[in-house]
Amino acid sequence: MSATALTAMQLGLQRCEGCGLVSRPMEDEAEGRCPRCDEGVEFRKRASLQRTWAFLVTAAICYIPANLLPVLSTTTAEGTESDTILQGVVLLWSPTGWPLSLIVLFASIMIPSAKILALTYLLITVQRGSIRNNEQRIRLYRVVDVVGRWSMVDVFVDAFTAALVQLQPLMSVEPGPGLFFFAAVVVSTMLAVESFDPRLIWDPSSEREVAHA
Amino acid sequence: MPDQTPGTPPVPESRMVSRRKTRPSLVWIVPLVAALAGAWVAVTRVMSEGPEITLVLETAEGLEAGKTKIRYNGVEVGTVTRIRLTDDHEKVVATAQMVPKGESFLLEDTAFWVVRPRVSGANVTGLGTLISGAYIGMEIGHSKERKRDFVALDSPPIVAADVPGRYFVLETADLGSLDDGTPIYFRRIQVGEVTSYALDDDGKSLSVKIFINSPYDQFVTTSTLFWNASGVDVSLTAAGLSVQSQSVMSILVGGIAFETPAGGPALSPAAADTKFTLFDDRESAFKTPSRDPQTYVLVFTQSVRGLTVGAPVDFGGISVGEVVAINAELDADTFEFSVPVTVSLDVERMGVEFTGLAPGQDFASVRHQLVDSLVAKGARGQLRTGSLLTGALYVALDMFPDAQPATVDWSQTPPSLPTFPGEIQAIEASVVNIIKKIDQMPLEKIGNDLQTAIVDLDRTLVSARTTLDDAGKLVAPNSVLSTQLDNTLMEMTRAARGLRVLADYLERHPEALLRGKTGEAQ
Repeated sequence: MSATALTAMQLGLQRCEGCGLVSRPMEDEAEGRCPRCDEGVEFRKRASLQRTWAFLVTAAICYIPANLLPVLSTTTAEGTESDTILQGVVLLWSPTGWPLSLIVLFASIMIPSAKILALTYLLITVQRGSIRNNEQRIRLYRVVDVVGRWSMVDVFVDAFTAALVQLQPLMSVEPGPGLFFFAAVVVSTMLAVESFDPRLIWDPSSEREVAHA
Repeated sequence: MPDQTPGTPPVPESRMVSRRKTRPSLVWIVPLVAALAGAWVAVTRVMSEGPEITLVLETAEGLEAGKTKIRYNGVEVGTVTRIRLTDDHEKVVATAQMVPKGESFLLEDTAFWVVRPRVSGANVTGLGTLISGAYIGMEIGHSKERKRDFVALDSPPIVAADVPGRYFVLETADLGSLDDGTPIYFRRIQVGEVTSYALDDDGKSLSVKIFINSPYDQFVTTSTLFWNASGVDVSLTAAGLSVQSQSVMSILVGGIAFETPAGGPALSPAAADTKFTLFDDRESAFKTPSRDPQTYVLVFTQSVRGLTVGAPVDFGGISVGEVVAINAELDADTFEFSVPVTVSLDVERMGVEFTGLAPGQDFASVRHQLVDSLVAKGARGQLRTGSLLTGALYVALDMFPDAQPATVDWSQTPPSLPTFPGEIQAIEASVVNIIKKIDQMPLEKIGNDLQTAIVDLDRTLVSARTTLDDAGKLVAPNSVLSTQLDNTLMEMTRAARGLRVLADYLERHPEALLRGKTGEAQ
C-alpha cells in the first residue's frame, strides 16, 4: 500500500463497511446510510479508539481475576480441588503431557496477554499519530484478529468438561469463577479488535502528505 | 470571518468539532462493569478469608497442604494450607485457613485432632478416611477466650464435650484389659466409657478416667462400687468355682461395671471427678469395706496345706477378714512345729457397731473387751476345708464351749487368738484312736481259742454225722423197723376195716346187739 495514495476521507467520500460502495455523505453531520445496502456509513468507525480502549481496559481488568481465580473445581471422594489456569498448566506438565500443557499455556495465558499488549501498542501509536512501521502494525492487527478467537477454545473445553464429568457420588467438575472472567477477557479483546479501525493506522501518514502537498 | 483586515496573514479557521465526539462513549460502561465485577469478587474473596490458625502435631502423616480439611461434625470449616516442621524439628506445624467467621469457634479449649482409621477394642473409627485420606477433626470449646495457635490431640476425644454426663476417676493397681473406650456397664447396660488412663506419679497405681453418660451418672453415688468386668472371671476359691462375666462384648473387649449396694441410705449422686477404687471383681467389691482392720495371730499346729494368703476368715459363715500371712515356726528346744497364721480381722463386720461410746472409752478398749468375752465364751480359730474339690482351707472363728479356757494376751503384737483343732484333725485323731484300740486287742489269743473251738466243733460234727447215719439206717426201706411198722400198719388197716363193717352192720341192724346176727339165717 503506497503512502502517497489519497484516502477516501480526504476526497470527502465514505466507504460502506458492508458492501464496499463509496458514497458522498450528506451535508450535515448526521449519520448516513449506504444507498445500496442500507448499512450505516461513516468516514471512520465511530469512536473507534475510545471503544477499543474501553474494551481493552475491560479485558485487562478481567485478565487479573481470570488468572487468580480457579477456573475448574474438581470434586472427588478425596475432597474438592480448585485449580487456576496456571495450576492446570503445572498439573498437565508431565513427560508425556507437556504438549498439552504448552497448548493451554499459549491459548489461555500468552495469547490473551499478547493481544492486550498488541492492541495497546496499536492504540498508543495511532493516538500519537505515528507513521512508522505501518506495514508491521497492520500485520500485527491481522494476526491479533485471526488468533484471538481461538482463546475461546479454553472456555468451551471447560464448559464441556463440566457438563460431561458429572459422576455425582464419585466425581464432579464445576466451572470456577475464573472461567467467567476468562471468557470476558476473550470476548472483550475480540470486541476491541472489532472496534479498532485499521484505517486509522494510515491516516497520520496521509494527512502528513496532504499537509506537505 | 467577518472582520478580516487586509494585510494580516490568513488565519486558519478553528475547526468545528461536534460536541458528541468529545463526550465519552457509553462503551466505557463495559470496563466499569468489569471493574465492579472484579472488585466485587476480590472483596468477597477477602471477606471469605477466615482466620488462619496453626496446629502443632506430632506427625503430619496423611496430611497434605491444600487438601486436608478441618471438619466439625462433618462440615468443612477449614483447609490446611501449609505444613512445616518446628524450628527444633521435633513436631509439625500445620497452618490452616478457616472458613469466614471461624473466629467464633477458635476458643481456648477448642480441640483439634487428626482423624485416621483407628481400630481399638470395641471402637472402629475413621474408616471413611481410608478412602478420603486423613482429615482434622474439631471440637468447639466453651471458653470465652479466643486463640489461634493450637496443639492437636494425639487421638480423638472419646466423649464429645457437649455430651451430658460426668467424669469420674477410678484407681486401680493394674490396667487389666482396659483401654480407651472400654465400656462401662450398669445393670448390663452400657452407660459410659473409659476416656483415658494415666500412671500416678509414684508409679504405684493407675488413675482411669471414665465418663458416665447422663442420666446414668446420677446412679453413681458416694458408696458406689466399681469393679473390673473384663472378660470372663474364673476363680477357684474356697467357695468353689465361680464364673462371672458382664456381656459377650465385655468378654471380648473388657469392661467396668458398677453398682450401688442396696440397703444403704439414699445417697446423693457423687460429684464429678470423684475418686473410686476399681475392684478386681464384684465379689471383692461387695465385701464390706474393712474400716479399721486389726491383725491377730492364730497358731495352728496342724498342716496348713490348702490355706492361702487371702483366704477368708469366717465368723458364722460371714467373712470378717482374711489371711494376711502364713509363716512357719520351729521351736528350737522342743522341735515342735507350729504355723502362726496372721489374719486381718474386722470385728465390726461381726455386726458390732461402735457407736455409743461411753466417755473415756476408746475403740481399742471396747474391742479388747469384746474379743475377751468372745474368747471366754469359747470362740476359737479353726481351719476348715472350704471345698473338697480343691482342698482349699479357710479360717473359721467359731464357738467351742467345750474348749479349754484361754485368754488373749494383749501385750503381744499382734495378739494371738486361741485355736481349736480343725475338723479334719479331729476326725484324724478319732480314727487313730480306733486303730489304736484295734491294735491293743489280744488277737493272737483269740485266734488260738478260735482254733481250739473249731477242732472241738469238728469232733462234734463227726459224732453228729454217725448218729444221723444210725437214724438213717433205722428208717431205711428194708430195715426191720420199717417192715414191722408196715405190718403193724396193715394190721391196723384191717382192724379199722373190720370195725367199719361192724359199725355199718350195727347201723342197719341195731337189734343184732341183742339178738346176734340173723342175716345168714334168712
